[in-house]
Amino acid sequence: MSATRNASRWLPGHAIAVFGFLYLPIVTLLVYSFNGTGVGGFPPRNFTLDWYRMLFSDGPIWDSVVNSLIVALVAVVIALTFGIPAALALDRADFPGKTLFRRLVLLPLILPGIITGLSLLMLFREAAVRLSLVTIVLGHGTALISVATTEVFAGLQKLDRAQEEASLDLGANYWQTFWRITIPNLRLSIIGAALLIFTLSMDEIAVSFFLIGRDNTLPLEIWGRLRRGITPEINAISSIIFVFSLVAIVSWYRLRVRAEGTAEVAAELMEAVVQGN
Amino acid sequence: MFSRAYRVAITLPPLLWVTLFLLVPYLLLFCYSFWSVSPQQIIVHSWSLDNYRELLRVNVYLQTLFRSMWIAARVMFFALLLGYPLAYYLSFHAGKRRDLLYQLVIIPLWVSYLVRAYAWKTILGSDGVLNTLLEYVHLTKHPLEFLLYSPFAVVLTLTHIYTPFAFLPIYASLEHIPRNLVEASHDLGASPFQTFWRVIFPLSIPGILAGATFAFVLSLGDFLAPLLLGGPSGIMISNVVVSLFGAVYNWPLGAAISLSMLGLVLGLLFLSETLEKKWSIR
Repeated sequence: MSATRNASRWLPGHAIAVFGFLYLPIVTLLVYSFNGTGVGGFPPRNFTLDWYRMLFSDGPIWDSVVNSLIVALVAVVIALTFGIPAALALDRADFPGKTLFRRLVLLPLILPGIITGLSLLMLFREAAVRLSLVTIVLGHGTALISVATTEVFAGLQKLDRAQEEASLDLGANYWQTFWRITIPNLRLSIIGAALLIFTLSMDEIAVSFFLIGRDNTLPLEIWGRLRRGITPEINAISSIIFVFSLVAIVSWYRLRVRAEGTAEVAAELMEAVVQGN
Repeated sequence: MFSRAYRVAITLPPLLWVTLFLLVPYLLLFCYSFWSVSPQQIIVHSWSLDNYRELLRVNVYLQTLFRSMWIAARVMFFALLLGYPLAYYLSFHAGKRRDLLYQLVIIPLWVSYLVRAYAWKTILGSDGVLNTLLEYVHLTKHPLEFLLYSPFAVVLTLTHIYTPFAFLPIYASLEHIPRNLVEASHDLGASPFQTFWRVIFPLSIPGILAGATFAFVLSLGDFLAPLLLGGPSGIMISNVVVSLFGAVYNWPLGAAISLSMLGLVLGLLFLSETLEKKWSIR
């Protein structure tokens, strides 16, 4: 069994190295947000909260935060409004072009954001729609229907149809059954999807890059500043974003485990996208 | 059990939305790639293959495309190199720590792309964390210039971003392997290495294909990491598209490049799917 012993010796070492690689930039970011002498320079010195103070009195940043929050909330509503029926349709209806429809819905997950962004830019140009936060919302909402659909579809596979059948037999109409039986049974998947969509929208930049009007979202505001020169103020806002993403992701994970008993749906989702199952 | 009206009600709204905001835009991209732009910067709606001829005629487009594919291939390679043993360790050896470690892998996945690219910039710059650290411990006297504004920086950053993407499907495929197959292999006298190579590895190929596709396709189309960290030698094909849609103002040519990229991506997805079917036990 020497190979097992060898493997069990180098595998943990490899795992530690990979985690080191994954977390090095995040740790650097956090540490240097308190660094008095700028974004680089080793060792960090002159511990300070000045960058956070500067950040909190920075008007344009907070405007962009508000914009991003609004965009993310509306994107969640759009993605769920169309993603839940799309999952139901994939589960329960047969119609011509169903395969094309499924692939089309999932495509933004695997396609580089630039292609989705540019295609929508052309649509808005042809329709003479002025670029603004509205066009960004439409872009995010549309691209993230994929997430809502896959999460809810996964939830539907665990759903017992007998309850819906009973509801219909007992005289409830489809509308009542949908709101009183289907949705409550899917609530964990739906909340999980909403959290995920919200976080992804808050971070999204590739699609927004092409659809931006006068008002910036937070990632685009940061992007603009990166091009002008960098200060630890960007570390400070990034650290705050990190903490919020952390909370969102850990909650999502817990929900996922409660809904499915396992968190691997995200992994299977990605496999399904590539393999078109 | 579901009436026709119900099925129409759940199908029609998403179908219409997706048609309007995904299908029509992709078709528009297709149309634009055959149009042209007049000297007065007006889009001319006349059909020709000129943009595609231009793509093949001007070397810089193909060169940039090949460079992007080379960068994407390296990212894919390193992401698999980091992701596969990690997934294997988590699935077969991590024991009780597995849940925690799984969370630790997916956390960076959802940390803002921009934040991570920016962090690498502060690490790799000529007065960045790494260079000043090396000088601090007297390993170097001058900053290492190749660290930032180079293809190296782009590959490193994209590998950081897409390693969790490669990890996830591999981990899922390893988790699907029935454990009694592994036990049977041991019982029948196979060495641990033989068990891995003849049983576990072949069954994880679908996951590898999915992970590799994600890493390759998503880094192929990236334009932000090259803009931020690539410098002139790290320009990728999407950067060319961005400039054609911006300052250069030649949307049709940009559309032709995007469509070629889309074709390449769809071809790879098709290939990956075909290979996956070949290797799948289901």
